[in-house]
Amino acid sequence: MINTPARMALSGLVAFGTFQALAADPFPSTYRVPDSPPELIQGATVLTGTGERLDGADVLLANGRIQAIGKNLAVPDGARIIDARGKWVTPGIIDIHSHLGVYAVPAVSGLDDGNEATNPVTSNVWAEHSVWPQDPGFETALEGGVTTLQILPGSANLIGGRSVVLKNVQAVTYQAMKFPGAAYGLKMACGENPKRVYGGKNQAPSTRMGNVAGYRQAFADAQDYQNGWDKYYRELAEYDKKQREPADGSAKKSKDKDAGADKPPTPPTPPKRDLKLETLAEVMKGNIRVHMHCYRADEMATMLDVADEFGFKIVAFHHAVEAYKIADRLAEKGVCAAMWADWWGFKMEAFDGVQENLAMVDFAEHSCAIVHSDSGDGIQRLNQEAAKAMAHGERVGLHIPPERAIRWLTANPAKSLGLEARIGSLEVGKSADVVVWNRNPFSVYALAEKVFIDGALRFDRDAASNPRSDFLLGKHIAEAPP
Amino acid sequence: MKALAILALSSMGLACHGALAEDLLIRGATVHTVSAKGTLENTDVWVHDGIVSAIGPQATLPAGITVVEGRGKELTPGLFGGLTDIGLQEIEEEPATIDSTLDTKAPAWAQQWRPELDVTQAYNPHSFVVPVTRVEGVTWTVLAPGSGDTIIGGQGAAVTLDGRYDAVLAGSRSLFVQMGGVGARLSGGTRAAQYMLLDQAVREARTAGPVAPGALLHRAGKEALTRYLAGGRVVFQVDRASDILGVLRFAERSGIEPVIAGGDEAWMVAKELAKANVPVIMNPLNDLPVDFDHLGASLENAARLQRAGVRIAFSSGDTPQARLVRQLAGNAVAHGLPWESGLAAITANPAEIFGLGASRGRIAVGQVADLVLWNGDPLEVSTLAEQVWIAGHAIDMHSRQTELRDRYLQKVKAHQAR
Repeated sequence: MINTPARMALSGLVAFGTFQALAADPFPSTYRVPDSPPELIQGATVLTGTGERLDGADVLLANGRIQAIGKNLAVPDGARIIDARGKWVTPGIIDIHSHLGVYAVPAVSGLDDGNEATNPVTSNVWAEHSVWPQDPGFETALEGGVTTLQILPGSANLIGGRSVVLKNVQAVTYQAMKFPGAAYGLKMACGENPKRVYGGKNQAPSTRMGNVAGYRQAFADAQDYQNGWDKYYRELAEYDKKQREPADGSAKKSKDKDAGADKPPTPPTPPKRDLKLETLAEVMKGNIRVHMHCYRADEMATMLDVADEFGFKIVAFHHAVEAYKIADRLAEKGVCAAMWADWWGFKMEAFDGVQENLAMVDFAEHSCAIVHSDSGDGIQRLNQEAAKAMAHGERVGLHIPPERAIRWLTANPAKSLGLEARIGSLEVGKSADVVVWNRNPFSVYALAEKVFIDGALRFDRDAASNPRSDFLLGKHIAEAPP
Repeated sequence: MKALAILALSSMGLACHGALAEDLLIRGATVHTVSAKGTLENTDVWVHDGIVSAIGPQATLPAGITVVEGRGKELTPGLFGGLTDIGLQEIEEEPATIDSTLDTKAPAWAQQWRPELDVTQAYNPHSFVVPVTRVEGVTWTVLAPGSGDTIIGGQGAAVTLDGRYDAVLAGSRSLFVQMGGVGARLSGGTRAAQYMLLDQAVREARTAGPVAPGALLHRAGKEALTRYLAGGRVVFQVDRASDILGVLRFAERSGIEPVIAGGDEAWMVAKELAKANVPVIMNPLNDLPVDFDHLGASLENAARLQRAGVRIAFSSGDTPQARLVRQLAGNAVAHGLPWESGLAAITANPAEIFGLGASRGRIAVGQVADLVLWNGDPLEVSTLAEQVWIAGHAIDMHSRQTELRDRYLQKVKAHQAR
């Protein structure tokens, strides 16, 4: 069960053939779950992320996983005890829309690595190659309880490139942050940004219809590319079969039939690899998950049709400011909507923002509402974003209790990443990504006190020191008065 | 002075609403006065002609008075929306909808400064942003001109958000100057040039006679700047500690009253700010080293400044999201600022900073009745405004956003199966 995504990735490799299997994971994760003592969190209000709320409950973390949840758990040998009476415990927060590392701070030109805005289709680029692990934003996000992030390329392009899922752990390389076995995502973008960026350069796309033509041509090219590989693999299989045929059989065949078969068979030539189309072909096989920046309801509907035309699935619309207008359709299609609580008005396609968006989307059966940040500031307070949306929902009769709202930050984003079997809820056997809050997290006064990732304490508000980027070293010396 | 202000309000009330503000009693609320009286439990607030006329029990209930039950609810002064472009901008990324910034496209060596620009003349009270903002309890804001291609953006002022055309609040006019890293780029590439140019402008303003060729200021600009050199309020957008001290030195030698806006590193020079009695309008959420002017940004900035005795006010500078000013205050409280100081930073303090303390920012007899009734702790993100009054008028608690919501809510509820 735990290995599901890994297995899925593996089956993808098999389908892709031996030749490319070697290249399919060229930047493997080096993250390892560190050794840490068992931790017993006692007497907390626990929001499990499965929709349950447990009062006065204990949570036991050991060997990187949730070992037990319940009342009055026995204290294992060597366990550290955390008195969490009056405190709240939730799964680690997952932000599926972050540009930390790729749009790092300080936001100087030397660190401006989020948009390869040189071509409207750059499915060949991978966000991980822009991630600067020293971005101080990772630490401030950790203080806000964020344990897993999806880092995306920006939205200048129709197809911006591959995302990467990271664990929010301090590291020198991104590989040491990379979530083992997580599927890649593909960032795509609707609407104003691509048409503005390329229209401004007097090239396509400069309109929304140009945008759609761009997605469709890219996937049509990828179909063609995949056909070339499929043909190659068929020919290769035939060739291998011939090579394996017994010598007498082939001799007989040559006597009976044409003389040309006497020539030794030549192996087929593989098509040239095209990194752009390779990624899109993997999307159509279901091995890469599409995350699409899309504000307007009508454009989301268009993209659902484009996805059907080419046989891929959009797992989530991000910045779905108008998702409330098509909440039922999104739920029926099983597409998540990742939203801000209240952003609006900064561009025309964000003009119809309402503060009840999350609550309205959440209300549909089988919905998948997600709170996302797209911001180094917002990611520090995703719990507050949810709290605002809960309050606005309540006012219009959409009651959302904390045990349900926490799913917007945990279980639902995990589902959109295909990692729901591993993270996003507090269940025995799942990764011990856990936040201890000083109070109900849906409050402006709530602070994450302790943040665990795979059972290891990564942030402790009471500790003398916490993770600190290389960039910030020496700051206190420079700031000291004369 | 106060009588004049009241008269003006009444006549504007007529112009806008066709009637004088009704007498109003908000009964039994928890009243956060933001004055020396602090918070008063279960207290009546009386409003007559748009002004708070009494606090506490009164002998008689005037005929025709509107009574609003406030028990279990909390009452605050109307909130300050920060330094914004409300009414000067509909959509941030649509230049055709923006009137906040003069940009002459002149290179630094050919600059002409236009301190005479008054951005409030572009204010549109019918902007969609106005109702969206005020239903959240924000009753006033300060229109702050942006910097185009010179460090002097021009003049702005406080406006009331009740929808009147003549919305500027008397006595609040201020000049806005962009300093620091951004200002350096507007000054030919070095922040040293900001002081060179500012000193030049001051010298020009103080020199009588015709405008010399190549001067920074036109005649009207000289007159405008001269008014500020006689003790006027100048808001400097600046973040780096060393730049803040540079502003204090410039202000001292040129006779102006500076206000620091931004101030992400202000805590590093808190003592100097307190000594010079210079207030800081800041965003307490800024904690990232977004560039090399902000390396000292900290969530404790607000609490540290308050402890040092600096008057602080909160502003995100964001126009569509000006309504989130409460969230700024709540977070500052979560990071060490006393709750009362958090509320003051979005009510009384900005009113004092912009010269409006006598009429706004507190709940006290004689203050304009800009009031908000909340369903809980006003600094808590899960609290919502139930009713907002501006100058005693109950405002319509709807906006384009609530109409959008209501249009689609029925569909959502009809479809629900949960």
